[in-house]
Amino acid sequence: MINFEFVRTSTVKNAIAALSKTPGAQFIAGGTNLVDLMKKGVAAPKRLIDINSLPLRDITSDSKGILIGALALNSEVAEHPLIKNKLSLLAKALDAGASAQLRNMATIGGNILQRTRCSYFNDSTMPCNKREPGSGCGAKNGYHRMHAVFGASDKCIAVHPSDMCVALAALDAVVHTAGPKGERKVLFADFHRLPGDNPELDHHLQPGELITGIYVPANSFNKQHYLKIRDRASYAFALVSVAVALEVTDGIIKNAKLSMGGVAHKPWRLISTEQFLVGKAASKETFTEAAAVAMTGAVGLTHNRFKIKMGKAAVREALLQAIR
Amino acid sequence: MDKEINYTESYFADDRVDGIEKVTGKAKFAAEHPLAEMAYAVFVCSTIPKGAIKNMVLYEARNAPGVLDIIYYLNCPTIPGHRPYDKDPNKKGFEWRGLKVFNDNIIYSNGQPIALVIADTLERAVYAASLVKAEYVTEDFITDFEKGKKDEALLKKAGDYKRGEADAYKTAAVFVEDEYTIPIETHNPMELHATTAVWEGDNKLTVYDKSQGPKGTQAELARNFGLDEKNVRVVTEYVGGAFGSALRSWPHVPAAVIAARKVKRPVKLVLTREQMFTMVGYRPHAWQKIAIGAGKDGKLVGISHHAISNTSTYEDFSEGIVGVSQFLYDCPNVNTSYKLLPLNINTPTWMRGPGPATGCFALECALDDLSYKLNIDPIELRLINYAEVHPASKLPWTSKFLKECYALGKEKIGWHNRAAIPGSLKENGMLVGYGMAGGVFGAGRGQAAAKGILKSDGSLVLQSAVSDMGPGTSTAMVTIGAELMGLPMNKIKFELGDTDLPPGPTQGGSGSTSAVGAAINAVCDSLKQTLKEMAIQQVPAFSTAKPEDVQYKKGMLFFKSDKTISISYTDLLQQSGKPEIEVIKDSARASAEAQKYAMHSFSVHFVKLQVHPVTGVIRLEHIVSTADAGKIITPKPARSQMVGGAVGGIGMALTEEVVIDHHFGRYVNSNFGDYHVPVNADTPIIDVLFADKPDPIINPMGSKGIGEIALVGVAPAIANAVYNATGKRVRELPITPDKLLS
Repeated sequence: MINFEFVRTSTVKNAIAALSKTPGAQFIAGGTNLVDLMKKGVAAPKRLIDINSLPLRDITSDSKGILIGALALNSEVAEHPLIKNKLSLLAKALDAGASAQLRNMATIGGNILQRTRCSYFNDSTMPCNKREPGSGCGAKNGYHRMHAVFGASDKCIAVHPSDMCVALAALDAVVHTAGPKGERKVLFADFHRLPGDNPELDHHLQPGELITGIYVPANSFNKQHYLKIRDRASYAFALVSVAVALEVTDGIIKNAKLSMGGVAHKPWRLISTEQFLVGKAASKETFTEAAAVAMTGAVGLTHNRFKIKMGKAAVREALLQAIR
Repeated sequence: MDKEINYTESYFADDRVDGIEKVTGKAKFAAEHPLAEMAYAVFVCSTIPKGAIKNMVLYEARNAPGVLDIIYYLNCPTIPGHRPYDKDPNKKGFEWRGLKVFNDNIIYSNGQPIALVIADTLERAVYAASLVKAEYVTEDFITDFEKGKKDEALLKKAGDYKRGEADAYKTAAVFVEDEYTIPIETHNPMELHATTAVWEGDNKLTVYDKSQGPKGTQAELARNFGLDEKNVRVVTEYVGGAFGSALRSWPHVPAAVIAARKVKRPVKLVLTREQMFTMVGYRPHAWQKIAIGAGKDGKLVGISHHAISNTSTYEDFSEGIVGVSQFLYDCPNVNTSYKLLPLNINTPTWMRGPGPATGCFALECALDDLSYKLNIDPIELRLINYAEVHPASKLPWTSKFLKECYALGKEKIGWHNRAAIPGSLKENGMLVGYGMAGGVFGAGRGQAAAKGILKSDGSLVLQSAVSDMGPGTSTAMVTIGAELMGLPMNKIKFELGDTDLPPGPTQGGSGSTSAVGAAINAVCDSLKQTLKEMAIQQVPAFSTAKPEDVQYKKGMLFFKSDKTISISYTDLLQQSGKPEIEVIKDSARASAEAQKYAMHSFSVHFVKLQVHPVTGVIRLEHIVSTADAGKIITPKPARSQMVGGAVGGIGMALTEEVVIDHHFGRYVNSNFGDYHVPVNADTPIIDVLFADKPDPIINPMGSKGIGEIALVGVAPAIANAVYNATGKRVRELPITPDKLLS
């Protein structure tokens, strides 16, 4: 591990200023991902700015929605009565992520900004365009069981590892940020990027910006479910996962939001599937057709081709579970 | 041995005697011996699978803060055991087995240690190690097992066997013939491998090591460094799991010793989790082809079993994969073959149930397939082919209570609920399957010595230089001592894990309780004999007695014919003015018995599971593990050991797989996030049932081993249950959800 400077801040303003002061500075909150990356030599921040004392841990609500502070812990959010009662999809997705120990350390903001777990990204002896632009993609011709079937590029086929983000994408959450140029609100679906020619960029956060919170607008979804398929029952990333939020009245789908995890560089919203579902009967037949729509356009490689079939099965099953 | 000892009378609790030390952190593991002036060593490892080091850039690392030394092939002292010995058969020499660390610039595998950075703190050593750069000459390599196994020129013969006619299965009314594959699986015990080496002068060495055999490590190090064995002390008092990875010394052990010598300070070297994948062995990748033929009545006609497993290019490692087909069931015609495929990766080694764990996956799945073809219940099929004597040697078994195991497990799992037609049983929308499979491993009795020190304060110290990597060996030895001497367990201490103690065996092959327990028996018999003789010589009331007239029971010596004449052994010792008496006894290997008998432990595992019909996700619901392991000495730790084996079997069946990128010849999932060891959520209720019948031959306790049979057979039982649930036969482990997608 390379020596680095460590500073603590207690206000958002100071945190942003501290970050701008040193090139190569990074915020640290739970550190469940960043510390690993530093140990492996994948990340080498010159300065760490500890933001854990910032007043960003509250979970509050008004008639229009729920605001979750960026420093609220994954486990706190999953257990919070507001979330459990009104956003069960989010609670389920949080509980599906990582392990209990990690959820007790990891923050909401950190969860959004976690890096891919692609083995090539995490091994500094291997080529990886995300870690070292221009070095190539080791995964593409190598081992890519966990990798993307949607939105991948020649440069990168990595996936975003978060479960929580899949739910937030379906719930049309908004990322609140603060930075040197002021505050911004970014729609969750627009927050993360596809790899394209610049896989080193995971998201659209501007230099010097800090995530201050996540706003989840109030909704009328009466059927919600998060389904995660993985290689072991806990502490494993999704092979595929599906977040489903439906408003069903008298057996008819009035509104539908779906997104998938484990399939793309960002939480993958299933817009066409949503459009297909609205106005139809919430039935097994509808869901089977919807699942086929969901996986249209998916491209598999040698080790991850199964995700297309599994994705279909998962979308159908998640929809069925949601209305059960 | 006094006849009044009754092992069925379990009047002592069998809580682990070292449990409190372990859970309170008092127990000191190999990396936990604080020594003055300790220096810390960190490996730099190769990033190519084959070739040679062209140049190493050390300048930056040498000048990093706190660095004491950097050892690599150009400055490593000459180690006697590292030079290949003269091939002249008249000269005898010792050659280190496996990779000779820092001996030359040749690279045999990715992750091979190429330099050792020693610094005054661990952090500084880690940092300096990150600054070492190596340049290589690379060579073509092969790490792809699937590709290599097709190239006959690469394969090395490792043993053929034939009984009766070869390929007789083809003549049978019904036969199955299929291929099975298991990937590399790693031991990865919780405790990382670690060595702390301390030199006193040039000729005296103490090593605190994670080792399953302190005496074995002592011998390896003494010969490797040209030292007298008595000047090498190895301490392994506590071992945090090993599963076979600590059966031999790997290159980090001599590396720490070399480093300590060079910097003239104690040196601690702890492997990283990543290095646990590339330096301390693994269960080899194995391909098997098995064919079994039977008559319509289910009687086996022939078994043909062929296997290829990988080894490294610098060392051959083979294990008895196909051996199980030769004797587990009664079959007149058996032919087997076994070959090794050297790959440019590190050397594999014995891992829990080595050989049979892999072999039984093929044999027990194939028998399951055969049972469906024959329309005979899988348990019934095994009973039809029950081997009353060892089918190869025709020797009787010392004991075999396998039929009892079938019966116990069948009842407990609710086998009558099993559907004979695969895929036909559903509960709450989930497919339900039942499966069973058998396991076996050699039993026996190795050589061991033990010492007993009986003290006038009423306590007894028992000693032997063995390790207890977790099965509860200490607890078993205290229990045996307590029952033999009639003393409470808390009066007895078992000291182990130190080469200064009488030599004990390496802990492996499920043999510790048998070997060391037999030595403890001999020690206790001798202590009692000594006490009787002392009573006759020194207590006037006993002076007319002969030794056979005196009886020992629960700490008291009696006159057999007049029980009112008695003395406690503590009074006896005090009266004699002796604070303690001490005996050392050796117990021999069961070689003579092995001429007359076959010796094995047996297990049968039963599984009930659910499979999601669409997504292929498996949920284990219930495992019942039954075992004929002779008399169970300590029921609670024995049960724990069986549970641990079952969990290992779950990993083998469903989650564990080391993945190699064959473009780079490098492991891609060498961490606990990506290499999936089963977690609690994967683990169902596990019931353990023992036949618990004493073996009359193997040792005085009547015990046989448990460690291996706990795991052997679990994976095929799960695979068989998956087939029963879905009608899908997965012959490539692990059975991940994608393999069951409909």
